[in-house]
Amino acid sequence: MDYTFHWRPVFRKLPDLLEAGLVTMEVAVLAMLVGVVLGLVLALMRMSGSRAITWFPVVWIELARNTPALLQLFFFGFGLGAFGIHLAPFLIVLCGLSFNNAGYLAETFRGGFNAVPPTQIRAARSLGMTQTQAYVRIVIPQVLRVVYHPMTNQMVWSVLMSSLAMLVGFRELAGETQFLASKTYRIFEFFLVSAAIYYVIVKVILAGSRLLSWRLFRY
Amino acid sequence: MDATSVFTDFQFSDLGFLLEAAGRTLLISVLAISIGTVFGCMFGWVLSVAKTAGNITLGLILDVFRSVPLIIQLILFYNFFPIIGFNLSPFAAGTVVLVFYTSALVAAVARGGIDSVSVDLRRASRSLGMTYWQDLRYVVCPIGLRAVLPSWAGVALGVLKDSALVSVLGYVELLRASQILITRTQEPFLIITVVGAFYFALSFPISRLSARLERRWQYD
Repeated sequence: MDYTFHWRPVFRKLPDLLEAGLVTMEVAVLAMLVGVVLGLVLALMRMSGSRAITWFPVVWIELARNTPALLQLFFFGFGLGAFGIHLAPFLIVLCGLSFNNAGYLAETFRGGFNAVPPTQIRAARSLGMTQTQAYVRIVIPQVLRVVYHPMTNQMVWSVLMSSLAMLVGFRELAGETQFLASKTYRIFEFFLVSAAIYYVIVKVILAGSRLLSWRLFRY
Repeated sequence: MDATSVFTDFQFSDLGFLLEAAGRTLLISVLAISIGTVFGCMFGWVLSVAKTAGNITLGLILDVFRSVPLIIQLILFYNFFPIIGFNLSPFAAGTVVLVFYTSALVAAVARGGIDSVSVDLRRASRSLGMTYWQDLRYVVCPIGLRAVLPSWAGVALGVLKDSALVSVLGYVELLRASQILITRTQEPFLIITVVGAFYFALSFPISRLSARLERRWQYD
């Protein structure tokens, strides 16, 4: 083995990497939020039962789930360019990840809503609750319980997928690592540290989700 | 010669090129999924057996593969081999990383499958005189398999799509082929649509199969 590890350039740039880690968190969380809203809308459209409406969420969901996330990013990056729409790298990543998250979450939400039998709403109504009360107090807490774990997983995927941003020129953690690695030629060292940061981010999300679930779902 | 003439339009023969690339995507995915599933089942079994130090370490190692982006795993692994003195082709490096990645995902699934078979049932089969392996083969396998086959199909689907990332190492699979064609034809929208259709054709059957299995075996 005639390779010498050089860790100093990595440690010197550690603040940059950590800052890029925050950018990763930022874009992943934003994409998750947009994904949740769009996913809810798609799930409701999907459940509406009218053929004129359901085709749209079906196409979206199947495209999001059956093509690689990277291809979806390239679509927002290069594909839209054919129509003269040129998004900034940040927007490319945000749109691509939100598209993907929404497709997966829509199915999660649909499963969640299906898990609550409609008779419960009628029961709640007959106990004198209004429609809103029935939803807020009976349906949504149960749906939340069902979708909570898949949503946590999707959040983790959102972080992992955001690393694809380095291929469309956005400098979040992976992009920044790539940039610094190509500047210093310490490719292995930089990516090892970056992998460690990703690992920590994912663990923090999982731990946070577990704490929150104790708070939310105690009987 | 004017500058634009170096670009040529998307031609019929390019479909052949894409088809060949789709074959490579299929090859690397099938390799990764089949070998990864075998390893994953073994790891899943090991994880379900006992909580010894060795098993916990294995669990932690597998967890790393699920918590670090695949693209970073690929780059790390590809750049690690020259360090210890020999070169790996993009295909070999990509396959190895995908196998590890798949086996980490399958291990979690397999473990869930084994845990889904109740201990009482396994004790019952043992007290009927089955050996440990008979119990695993004739009781745990059929019951556990039907519980987790949909999630396994989900993993297979994920790996098929994630194999697109091997393109960063320079292996010319479907996604890399699309990049090459985009550079030549300057028609990104058309080519991304066509390649998207290729990926869709590869993964849609798996996702249908998974949905069908889920529906059929949900209420047993």
